[in-house]
Amino acid sequence: MPKNASNDRKLVVLEAAQFQALLRALQDGGYSTVAPTLKEGAIVYDEVATVDELPVGKTDEHAGGSYRLKTRKDKAVFGYVVGPHSWKKFLHPPTLRLWQVRRNGNGLEFVHTQEQPPKYAFIGVRPCELSAMQIQDKVFMAGEFADPIYQGRRENAFIVAVNCSQAGGTCFCVSMKTGPKAQSGFDLCLTEVVEKKSHFFVVEIGSDRGAALLQDVPHSEATPEHLQKASAAVEQAASQMGKTLDVSDVKDLLYRNAESPHWEDVARRCLGCANCTMVCPTCFCTTVEEVTDLTGGNAERWRKWDSCFTSDFSYVHGGSIRTSSSARYRHWLTHKLAAWDDQFGSSGCVGCGRCITWCPVGIDITAEVQTIRSSETSKPK
Amino acid sequence: MEKKSTETQSKPKRKPKLAVWKFASCDGCQLSLLDCEDKLLAVAGELEIANFPEASRLVQKGPYDVSLVEGSITTAHDAERIHQIRKMSKVLITIGACATGGGVQALRNFQDVNEFVRIVYASPQYISTLKTSTPIDEHVFVDFELRGCPISKSQLVEVICAFLNGRKPNIPAYSLCVECKRQGVPCVMVSQGIPCLGPVTQAGCGVLCPSYNRGCYGCFGPMERPNVAACCEQWSKLGADNGEIMRVMRTFNAHADEFRKESMRYENASN
Repeated sequence: MPKNASNDRKLVVLEAAQFQALLRALQDGGYSTVAPTLKEGAIVYDEVATVDELPVGKTDEHAGGSYRLKTRKDKAVFGYVVGPHSWKKFLHPPTLRLWQVRRNGNGLEFVHTQEQPPKYAFIGVRPCELSAMQIQDKVFMAGEFADPIYQGRRENAFIVAVNCSQAGGTCFCVSMKTGPKAQSGFDLCLTEVVEKKSHFFVVEIGSDRGAALLQDVPHSEATPEHLQKASAAVEQAASQMGKTLDVSDVKDLLYRNAESPHWEDVARRCLGCANCTMVCPTCFCTTVEEVTDLTGGNAERWRKWDSCFTSDFSYVHGGSIRTSSSARYRHWLTHKLAAWDDQFGSSGCVGCGRCITWCPVGIDITAEVQTIRSSETSKPK
Repeated sequence: MEKKSTETQSKPKRKPKLAVWKFASCDGCQLSLLDCEDKLLAVAGELEIANFPEASRLVQKGPYDVSLVEGSITTAHDAERIHQIRKMSKVLITIGACATGGGVQALRNFQDVNEFVRIVYASPQYISTLKTSTPIDEHVFVDFELRGCPISKSQLVEVICAFLNGRKPNIPAYSLCVECKRQGVPCVMVSQGIPCLGPVTQAGCGVLCPSYNRGCYGCFGPMERPNVAACCEQWSKLGADNGEIMRVMRTFNAHADEFRKESMRYENASN
């Protein structure tokens, strides 16, 4: 887990042909290299051994409820935005055994899961995703409910961020001030520049660990021309945002509109399927299940991702709260954009657009907020 | 969970008695029990399999501690028989799409059954059947439902474990999407435009179809509070015509309330 101190970080250039050397250096350092890779028509995050396993020359098109993989004209290594996976699947695993218990004579013998935290190098972490990790850090890294599983994995992680040089149709990181350029939270941060005759990465060194790693990777000094091209790429992404979200006063806006008829309108479209929460890189809710074997001699407790859209999640004695879809959607959106701030001191949304793209019916968080905002101006109280 | 217990404590002498019953169905779900292989031996170790004609001709009289009921009610005789079984069973668990959603044979519920009988059978006069195929819970109280065509073996073992240990079974009622996302399977509807019933179908199958790049066709039946109308609208947008949507709502759970109602809307729309 990198700690970035300096605002005046060193910049170097890594030729695209040397990208494999970066992977190898990480692998030699004992890291499992995890990066974007192709799976069933989408770019997902998984372990990779070589650069060939990355979606070189691929891109993605996003709209509400629609994602399509396309082929690029160039050989960009990171010429796409974010897919259905987020890094939380590695830091906050979707299913995990917490402990086991065995009957032992007349007593019980508890065996806690003592995880040797895996040592991941995350390659291709987007600026919005770095922000998502920093948001989950507030939930899991400290305080009363610190989670040792998350802590161990997070502290071990080496982060190679990638600034975006293009934006997707559902991106709105500019509105959320999380991108398209990474500010902190990485060991190395790459900006990819692809031209007809050259293909390189400008590498920003964000930590001593990052600097040490680069000693094993061939690189050169960055010239002003390199830097100019890299900033032009990031500026291009900033100008391409598919969505915008006006966050001014959003907390009070949502609190004022808890009884807006618009929630019912969303409920007519909302499938209640929980996809938005599953793909959200900051949603962290889980359930625990106790399982036993047939003899009753062994039991285990498992933790699984859960969602505020399932009725078991809010089940308390006597029934579930928030039984309607309108109440659930309102709860999710209001938590994400308003109550999160009260609870953790920041927005719960990073503007990655996953909840819009991966909603099967394309419900759009930015449009729903805008509709609520407009309803106030059209009908002044 | 595979390790045998080393416990030495004494157990109740009488093992709970299990019965397995068949109504209108293909036997696939009860065969899931035989298909549990190594787990089957463990089940037989903890439960007395007292009435299971697919496994043994030896039938012990009731009452039974737990009955697994497969199939739907399609004859007057079966409509009587299920009441007898309920009376003999402390706990009654229905297994599979026929028992919980009427099965594919519930297609008759939308037509005149006599027409089917005339088309299918050489001597229709020998056929005595009800006009409808209905799930077990329309006839008797059901303690727990296991969905699917066929049911999932692991869910079957889970529900038996829960019964034996007096705890709530971990059988979720939420959408298949939750399972897909936990397993990291990219959404076929969003990424490939393949119509999928996952967002309105109960989880539990282990995302069989989406993990083979196919849309879910709803064999686990409606999830908790499904928004079937909005899902079907999305199917339309992805190019499915009214007839196709009507038919996908009428497969293995044709009589499940939410699917049945939506199928009728699309039937009316396509007429």
